[in-house]
Amino acid sequence: MTTKVSFTLNGEAVSAEVDSRTLLVEMIRENLGKTGTHVGCDTSQCGACVIHLDGRSVKSCTMLAVQAEGADVATIEGVATNGKLHPMQEAFREHHGLQCGYCTPGMIMSSLDLVKQNPDPDEKQIREWLEGNLCRCTGYQNIVRAVKAGAQAMRADD
Amino acid sequence: MYEFNYHRPTSLEDVSEILAANDEAKILAGGMTLLPTMKMRLAQPSDLVDLSAIDGLSDISDTGDAIEIGAMVRHADVAGSDIVQNAIPALAELANSIGDAQVRNRGTLGGSIANSDPASDYPAAVLGLDAVIKTNKREIAADDYFKGLFETALEANELVVSVKFPKPKKAAYAKFPNPASRYAVVGVMVAETDSGLRVAVTGAGACAYRATEIEAALGKSFSTDALAGISMDAADLNDDLHASSEYRAHLIGVMAGRAVSTLGG
Ligand SMILES: Cc1cc2nc3c(=O)[nH]c(=O)nc-3n(C[C@H](O)[C@H](O)[C@H](O)COP(=O)(O)OP(=O)(O)OC[C@H]3O[C@@H](n4cnc5c(N)ncnc54)[C@H](O)[C@@H]3O)c2cc1C
Ligand code: FES
Ligand code: FES
Repeated sequence: MTTKVSFTLNGEAVSAEVDSRTLLVEMIRENLGKTGTHVGCDTSQCGACVIHLDGRSVKSCTMLAVQAEGADVATIEGVATNGKLHPMQEAFREHHGLQCGYCTPGMIMSSLDLVKQNPDPDEKQIREWLEGNLCRCTGYQNIVRAVKAGAQAMRADD
Repeated sequence: MYEFNYHRPTSLEDVSEILAANDEAKILAGGMTLLPTMKMRLAQPSDLVDLSAIDGLSDISDTGDAIEIGAMVRHADVAGSDIVQNAIPALAELANSIGDAQVRNRGTLGGSIANSDPASDYPAAVLGLDAVIKTNKREIAADDYFKGLFETALEANELVVSVKFPKPKKAAYAKFPNPASRYAVVGVMVAETDSGLRVAVTGAGACAYRATEIEAALGKSFSTDALAGISMDAADLNDDLHASSEYRAHLIGVMAGRAVSTLGG
């Protein structure tokens, strides 16, 4: 059974004809061509697929595309503005918060949700929040530093 | 994932109708358990009935001597609710200890207790706080609700609508989380309620249950010392790659002690 699913993606109206079993991440990557959102595990563990659904971070591999009907969806492609990296992205670059970069889109989308709720997170809060984001390369030290610095830069921007 | 028909009804009557017409239909709440199971092809529902468009399932309200939480309330919303934090802080903390932030943003109270995973957290709160489960058909007391491994008193076509948690005099939850998933290896809720002292254990057995030996000991003296002489029988406890049954038996006493000391005992 295919259905037409429509939602807002990074501020633009999008739609696609999908199977009811199509995952949201599949629709985003394959139907809509936005491949910044990654699939690391496909078993709800790794957080590489984290996006924002109506302003909250969720794992897009553990949602059906049909469940996003009418929603406001944001992915990593919408984070930079006018070719300029977002302060959180800049902080990951500056603090070497990535090596292969596979986990990075999910790390950044998850961190942005944290900062929205807690503009000045300490190291413990960052580590607890990133519980659902796995990184096979960095050992997390620099990711935590990057999130702290990114949050600080975002406060300064406000 | 096998194919299925997707429905998003807007009333409980419509849900009942779809469930009645399709033997192999299943309810979809947060999907954090059901979708992974379907991806592994361990479940093959003919129809999925998404509860997200039904009004009134996502409310948290203070009814005076209790708080009532709708089946579709997400774990993150229980954790962040002023009503829950004020009336039953142990419940807000429990919700905040589930999985990770993204699981808490999708997973629901109704889905968790309908599933009754032996390692899930909410069952300890439902049983420990002497809650009442409201369904589309009746009200079920917590003591009559958990029946066994992934088994509850819910009948076919019966769905959880809300859970009413009486406000306890005091309550604390202590959990030994699996370091990877955060599911409870063992979790213990200790609560002094209007119906008496209750100690509910999750993670250790096939489903959540009350540790009556510990309740009796704490009834005599509410202190960690009262737990010193108690050893739990490991015979019927879970034994898997996460922990042996002996280890779980030991953890029950340790977690109960932590909850009691949080409460000043
Ligand atoms: C990585 C990860 C970590 C997790 N860690 C924890 C943890 O630490 N502690 C913990 O407790 N849980 C944990 N969970 C499970 C999580 O809390 C789930 O959200 C929860 O168990 C199921 O809720 P759901 O809303 O996602 O339900 P769904 O997956 O949508 O449904 C689960 C089952 O319940 C049925 N159902 C759903 N709603 C109702 C209803 N209202 N009435 C009747 N039947 C219904 C469905 O048909 C299905 O059979 C984890 C999950 C993941 C993916
Ligand atoms: S791909 Fe979604 S959690 Fe790993
Ligand atoms: S940078 Fe390679 S997985 Fe995180």
